[in-house]
Amino acid sequence: MQIPREVLLRSYRAMRTIRDFEERLHVEFATGEIPGFVHLYCGEEASGVGVCSHLKDTDTIASTHRGHGHCIAKGVGVDGMMAEIYGRSTGVCRGKGGSMHIADLSLGMLGANGIVGGGPPLICGAALSHKVLKDGGVAVAFYGDGASNEGTTLESLNLASVWNLPAVFVVEDNGYGEATASSYACAGTQKDRAAGFGIPYFECDGTDFFAVHETAGEAIAHARAGKGPAMVHVHLSRWYGHFEGDAMTYRANGEVAKERAEQDCLKKFREKVTEISLLDSASLDEIDASVRDEIEQAVIKAKAAPLPEPEALMQDVYVSY
Amino acid sequence: MSKKSFRQAINEALRQEMRRDPRVILMGEDVAGGQGGSADNPDAWGGVLGVTKGLYTEFGAERVFDTPISEASYIGAAAGAAATGLRPVAELMFVDFIGSCLDQVMNQAAKFRYMFGGKARTPLVIRAMYGAGFSAAAQHSQALYPLFTHIPGLKVVIPSSPYEAKGLLIEAIRDDDPVIFLENKVMYDDEEDVPDDSYTIPFGEANLTREGDDVTIVAFGRMVNFANQAADRLEKEGITCTVIDPRTTSPLDTGTILDCVAETGRLVIVDESSPRCNMATDVAALVAEEAFDALKAPIRRVTPPHTPVPFASVLENLYMPDPARIEAAVKSVMGYKAKQEA
Repeated sequence: MQIPREVLLRSYRAMRTIRDFEERLHVEFATGEIPGFVHLYCGEEASGVGVCSHLKDTDTIASTHRGHGHCIAKGVGVDGMMAEIYGRSTGVCRGKGGSMHIADLSLGMLGANGIVGGGPPLICGAALSHKVLKDGGVAVAFYGDGASNEGTTLESLNLASVWNLPAVFVVEDNGYGEATASSYACAGTQKDRAAGFGIPYFECDGTDFFAVHETAGEAIAHARAGKGPAMVHVHLSRWYGHFEGDAMTYRANGEVAKERAEQDCLKKFREKVTEISLLDSASLDEIDASVRDEIEQAVIKAKAAPLPEPEALMQDVYVSY
Repeated sequence: MSKKSFRQAINEALRQEMRRDPRVILMGEDVAGGQGGSADNPDAWGGVLGVTKGLYTEFGAERVFDTPISEASYIGAAAGAAATGLRPVAELMFVDFIGSCLDQVMNQAAKFRYMFGGKARTPLVIRAMYGAGFSAAAQHSQALYPLFTHIPGLKVVIPSSPYEAKGLLIEAIRDDDPVIFLENKVMYDDEEDVPDDSYTIPFGEANLTREGDDVTIVAFGRMVNFANQAADRLEKEGITCTVIDPRTTSPLDTGTILDCVAETGRLVIVDESSPRCNMATDVAALVAEEAFDALKAPIRRVTPPHTPVPFASVLENLYMPDPARIEAAVKSVMGYKAKQEA
């Protein structure tokens, strides 16, 4: 499939933005200035970006604990995200959500989610909205191999199939649910689980943008055409711990280093597009430099931004206050 | 205006709101009933107790959705649909089933608006039956409204009559926040005059069903009727009571409660839910804190004991508050004499 040049440029920029955003958070979190928990998406960039490259603002996604990448891929701005993670009033949720609850409904981003398996039922509802309102939209639930064992996820697969919803279930299988390997915790296979609910199953290498783009494209087209839900099983790995501060003592020495060296989605993307002359190195370098600056500015602005005013405590509990 | 049952009042509220706003949809287990059955009768039940009967026939499969028996998925779907443009009314059947889907209510729907910095609206109504009196035993009889009242972001409605049910349900459907709407299953055949036209009753505005000078009785849901019966009997003995139906536990009309206690100086609270951390405790704390000087007697709470709801009728009757117990509580606060200071 021929991917338009502007989609390639936009996708590379999104992946680079996620990488730099997360690498920078890794550094900044260690200074102690960022409150709460942070779960990084480094190594998984091609998945969120490859899937969201098929989505419009009018399509909906729901995300996970590890949500920064999905937010960026769906178009949420890094200034608002960084300020949110720093707990500032200029944050996308005015400093009241934090890393695990970044959302922007105007962009179809139904929220990162602090509850494992929280997203799939919500996505059934978003898909129902698209169906009832006949707006042509699809709804995509990102969830991890860990969440694939939650009852909410399995019930949602059933409901989406029973109601023939325009929903896509993207299992981002990074090999670990917290500290426990998916090889231990997931009985059977994701493929058989999809088949059990009569849902078409697709899988791809989540470190290869082109593979994700093509596979997710098929699944999303299936759902958008009114043929019902689909599952995309994305194989990838995370380069940092479950949360920042996790020393990953459950992973063998050298495992992550090897993945970084051999399975870096950004490196693979650059090699492929330059080798077949889709894009030249100079335009990618330009994006790299521009993103570096954007992230630097986002951190500077976040640190300088005002903290929430005390009255924010009592605001937006309900529509009336 | 015509006589309508509690069941008909709710059905009419749903029907009128669905006619008025195409974004209002229904979902739940057997809200139509009969999908895929061999009788080819997709509106066979209209809800397990017939409350939504005929709505599938009028509004069809694009507005009325039977769900699998799968509360976590469809209550979550209702939350997700509410956040993305629909106004779902999801029926949880028995409120006891909240155990299967509390996350979707407590951690998702209730918190979207606050967590997302005010950028979400979640116009979701969850209807469910509550209450003992049917020998439905411990898993189908609870009065769990305190559990929802505890969670910021939710509104909680407990209608006490058919008239109240219709106006409060229409208000709930038009409200932009998630609302838990609890119907006492013993009351579905209660009848009274209910307007045929659509009307709303605002949340957080209590209704005084009796007015008197001696004792304030705050009662919730079905207990309002019991309190009225007790008040009517007591009046014949010369004791007059004000009976407050708060209508909603969240928001709670604290002003009316405090005003009435300031006038009567005595308070009895009647609550069908389990006694620890329930509405009776909540109202007692409010009055103890805000109206201590007005009190002429200790606050009395009439509640079930701290037990699961029993099955056998003889035990269930012992469990339930009733008009006689309310009367006794009123008499005890009337008879209270402060100890002489030593």
